[in-house]
Amino acid sequence: MRTGVRTVAALAGLALLGVLLVWAVTGLPDFGHPTGRYATEAVRLTVSERHVTNTVVGVTFDLRGIDTLGEELILFCAAIGSTVLLRSQREEGRVDDAARAADEARPGIPASLRLTGALLVGPVLMFGTYVVAHGHLTPGGGFQGGVILAAALLLVYAAGRMLALERLRPVALVEVADAVGAAAFVLVAVGGLVFGVAAMANFLPLGSVGSLLSGGTIPVLSVAVGVEVAGGVTLILTEFLDQALLRRAGDVG
Amino acid sequence: MTALHVTALLVVAVSGTAVVLMRDPLRQLVVAGFFGLALALLFFVFGAPDVALSQIVVATVAVPLLALLTLARMREREDRE
Repeated sequence: MRTGVRTVAALAGLALLGVLLVWAVTGLPDFGHPTGRYATEAVRLTVSERHVTNTVVGVTFDLRGIDTLGEELILFCAAIGSTVLLRSQREEGRVDDAARAADEARPGIPASLRLTGALLVGPVLMFGTYVVAHGHLTPGGGFQGGVILAAALLLVYAAGRMLALERLRPVALVEVADAVGAAAFVLVAVGGLVFGVAAMANFLPLGSVGSLLSGGTIPVLSVAVGVEVAGGVTLILTEFLDQALLRRAGDVG
Repeated sequence: MTALHVTALLVVAVSGTAVVLMRDPLRQLVVAGFFGLALALLFFVFGAPDVALSQIVVATVAVPLLALLTLARMREREDRE
């Protein structure tokens, strides 16, 4: 096909797609006026029946909690899968040597970057914890907070691994966090069967609307997901970063 | 639909187009990070702060990092061949 013909065909296709898109968007309901009953009912129910002010978390950890259970186990499996795949390519102890060699062979990182990274680790950890703990009150929750916590690891890496990444050996810690978070979610889900009427039933006292300890099992599940996501994402990132270190060590040696 | 909404939509449209037009994968990653940030702004403006929070970290930190490491690994393989 000649270029001219191809351009005409592409433009015609794009124009048709544009018309269809505009047509579809004009048929959407207006903002703030959902037509389905679920949206308005969910907002009413989560506040009056579950005592949480953030409806999104009320839906994900209670009304549709069983979906979140599945999603959380997917992340758990993904973390395990990528770890197993990446670790099969390396030997014990090689990462430590590679990290040390990389630290020595990398004077190019400016001190200001190291300092900024080091200074930001604390506030980011604090913010992540806040987002996890207040998920049922304000926007946030386990997943968002967990990913923010995992971002703190990246800052440690940006600070040149000089802080503690080797000394503390957080890999064992994040593995445990990943597993404990996933197990806690499943246990709370089963707890609904034991103490309530069905799996995922909210069996803890609901407390008063707006206080930190309110919503029954919802903040508990949020914290469980926060721990699991922070552990899982950190684990995946650590494995990827270790790969990068091993590669760099291979270049040097 | 206020001016803020329109601005957010326009920024997303422009940065999204920029991602497609950028041909070098490394630069494309940086532009894609900005696109992700613009999307987070859009979600926030349209009343979805929950989604915006995860979007910020996933689109500007996690995805670029994973893609960067993958790119580095692919280049190493190309060098070897």
